[in-house]
Amino acid sequence: MSDLLKIADKTYQSRLLVGTGKYKDFAETRAAIDASGAEIITVAIRRTNIGQTAGEPSLLDFLPPEEFTYLPNTAGCYSADDAVRTLRLARELLDGHKLVKLEVLGDPNTLYPNMIETIAAAKTLVKDGFDVMVYCSDDPIIAKQLEEIGCVAVMPLASLIGSGMGILNPWNLGIIIENAKVPVLVDAGVGTASDAAIAMELGCQGILMNTAIAAAGNPILMAGAMKKAVEAGREAYLAGRMPRKLYSASPSSPTAGLIT
Amino acid sequence: MQLNINGKPRSFEPANLTVADLVQHLELVGKRLAIERNGEIVPRSQFDSTQLADGDKLEIVGAVGGG
Repeated sequence: MSDLLKIADKTYQSRLLVGTGKYKDFAETRAAIDASGAEIITVAIRRTNIGQTAGEPSLLDFLPPEEFTYLPNTAGCYSADDAVRTLRLARELLDGHKLVKLEVLGDPNTLYPNMIETIAAAKTLVKDGFDVMVYCSDDPIIAKQLEEIGCVAVMPLASLIGSGMGILNPWNLGIIIENAKVPVLVDAGVGTASDAAIAMELGCQGILMNTAIAAAGNPILMAGAMKKAVEAGREAYLAGRMPRKLYSASPSSPTAGLIT
Repeated sequence: MQLNINGKPRSFEPANLTVADLVQHLELVGKRLAIERNGEIVPRSQFDSTQLADGDKLEIVGAVGGG
C-alpha cells in the first residue's frame, strides 16, 4: 500500500521525524536514526567551536546531508528576529535548503512556545521563500492561522518539550487535524511507543521526537519501537477503529451449536 | 587587525584579511559553515572577494545535534 507523507511537494516513506540531540556520541546518534527509519532529521545551528582540532568529526560526517533531509531548527530562539536570522544562516549553510522547523520559545523552564513571536517569524520566513514546518501550542485557532500564513506543516505539542508526558489533549489535536489542509505532526511530548501510536491513531500525519529516543535506556531499541508504533498507529487510523460500546451483546464466538 | 568572532575579540597579524583568509587562519577550510559579517550573511561564493575591516563582528556557525 502506498501511503506517503507529503510535505511541500516532496514525499517520504517514514512518518517518524527525529532530532539529533542528547545522544552519547555521533555513532549512537547514527545507529538510533538508522533504527528509527527516519528520513527527515532536525539539526540545530550553533556557533562553530573556533580552535577545534581540524580533524575532529562533526555531526555531518555521520549523517551526510545527501542521505537525509535536514530540518534545521531555531531551538533556543526567544524572538522572531533571532529565529529568522538563524534560519537564514541555515539556508546558507545547507546550500539554499528551504525546509525548516520554526520554533520560538517563550519560557526557559517550560520551553512553552511564544506564539506571537512564532507567527511574526512565520510571516517573514514564508515571504522569504522558506518551507516552514512550525512548532506550536495545541490551540486550533493558532494552528489554522499558521496554515493560512503559508506554513507547509503545523506541529502542535502533545505535551511540553522533553517532558515525555504523552498526549495530554487528544481533543484539541483532533480539532486541529480535522480543520487542517496541511499535514499536522505532533512535535514534543511523546514519552514511549504507545504515545506515538495514540498520536497517529488520532490522524496525525507524522511525529517529530528526540528525547523519547535519546533519553531511553536503550536508544537504539527505542528508535525501533517508535518506528513500529508510528506505523501501527497509522495503519490503525487508516483501518478505522471499531465503535466504542460500554458492553456488547454480540460475542465473537457463535451462539449456535453450544453443548448443552 | 581586530575582529570580534563568535562574541570574542581576536587579533590577527595581517592587516587586510578576506573572509577566505580568515577561514584559513582559523583552520576551518573544508568545514561546512555559514558566516555573518556585521549582521549580513556572506555567501560562500563571496568569501574570496569580501574584505574584512577592523572591528568587524563575525558569526561563524555550523550544524550540531538538536531536536
